[in-house]
Amino acid sequence: MKAQSAKNLIEAALFISDKPMSIQAIKQKLFTQQTITGREISQILQELALDYQDRGINLVKLAQGYRFQTNSSLSKQLSTLYNDRAPKNSQALIETLAIIAYKQPITRSEIEEIRGVAVSSSIIKTLLERSWIKVTGYKEVPGRPSLLGTTVEFLDYFSLTSLAQLPEILPIQDSHTSELITKLETEA
Amino acid sequence: MIKLNANNHMNEHQGEMHQQSLPLAFVRGKQVLEKPKELYIPEQALAVQLANFEGPLDLLLYLIKKQKFDIADLPIAPITAQYLIYLEQMKEQGIDLAADYLVMAATLAEIKSRLLLPAPVIDEEEQDPRAELMRKLEEYQSIKEAASWLEQQPQIDRDIFVAKAEDIELKKHATPAADTVVLSQLVDAFRHIMKRQAAYEHHHVERELISCKEKMSFILSLLEQQPLFSSDFVRLIVPAEGRQGIVVTFMAVLELLKEQAISITLEAEHSMQNRSTFLVEKSA
Repeated sequence: MKAQSAKNLIEAALFISDKPMSIQAIKQKLFTQQTITGREISQILQELALDYQDRGINLVKLAQGYRFQTNSSLSKQLSTLYNDRAPKNSQALIETLAIIAYKQPITRSEIEEIRGVAVSSSIIKTLLERSWIKVTGYKEVPGRPSLLGTTVEFLDYFSLTSLAQLPEILPIQDSHTSELITKLETEA
Repeated sequence: MIKLNANNHMNEHQGEMHQQSLPLAFVRGKQVLEKPKELYIPEQALAVQLANFEGPLDLLLYLIKKQKFDIADLPIAPITAQYLIYLEQMKEQGIDLAADYLVMAATLAEIKSRLLLPAPVIDEEEQDPRAELMRKLEEYQSIKEAASWLEQQPQIDRDIFVAKAEDIELKKHATPAADTVVLSQLVDAFRHIMKRQAAYEHHHVERELISCKEKMSFILSLLEQQPLFSSDFVRLIVPAEGRQGIVVTFMAVLELLKEQAISITLEAEHSMQNRSTFLVEKSA
């Protein structure tokens, strides 16, 4: 397969894909017959990113993989088109999400401990529904409360490539968290 | 240039409890401690948006920031006094105070009393009674910072939009979505069943009222027993229940549809019976 056609194929696939595509996914789904290395795909992606650099659409790398998205400098003008589409995040919701992002895995009562108020069920439900958080396990204490953690969708939504990109304002809690970060990074 | 302090009528209430009297306003750099007598300010006008606080820690952080205190050197007495005044104000405004606010008031009072008591001599490492609260405030403060950082990150559909294209050929081959059912079609089907029911009716037996709730769970359990969890709408009817049964079944189906517990699709017309089949399906 010629380089140009591979490039076109990757470009088109990224445009029709429902979610960001990783190099691994591109290789497995698009190039089943051809021999193409991850490095070559990466090279093509870099070329594409360069081609689109000064356009209205850019190619960006996120936690799950690569995605075409609008140039962030256009956000103001474009948002008038889709005023109603963006969900409004309440302060309570965004604080809860921040706590989960930083302190995962964390139980609901631990979140309440940090915020100093009860966490409403609707907030947790909303976060789960938006796939920003998921139940990662259960804490081995009486009652076995569920442990919450963030998802790759969360990272993609907030234009992050990994949890390590979160600004360092809290000491990362324990080894488990750093393990999780490396795990998420290798997955991505 | 007149700058008004938002907490003006707070000062009136606090009396002796407060330690440093806050100026009501600054006029050309000079402090004004009392309201001009002829000036009328509606009670509500300067009230702080108390309902906006996320909780007791948020309120405390606000008070600390407003008074330019340092978390690391938390002056418990003035903070406690201010905190209690705010609680009072919130009650006056009819805000339903969460129990958490009251717990914090008790905690503050406890810390204050422990600070007043002389420390026992035997205790070698007497911990600062404020330590736990200060740690919590610091932690919450950093979470608030993290949250505002997160909120400012580019977000999908707010700041950035995912660019998408479609493959027309692929779309052509995709299975077309099942026809959406129009309410009138459903009503037609209902009418049809009603008509058919007339033929079945022979005698009248006094029956108990059929509850819609029961009918709903009956339908769901019926669907669960079916292969593919779906059934023709007509098959949901229990003929023995008569007219009322049909009406309640119809209502129950509408109710389940509203709750999105089931979905209805329209199947191809049966040429024999000249009627449409409504496939009732249990939602996943």
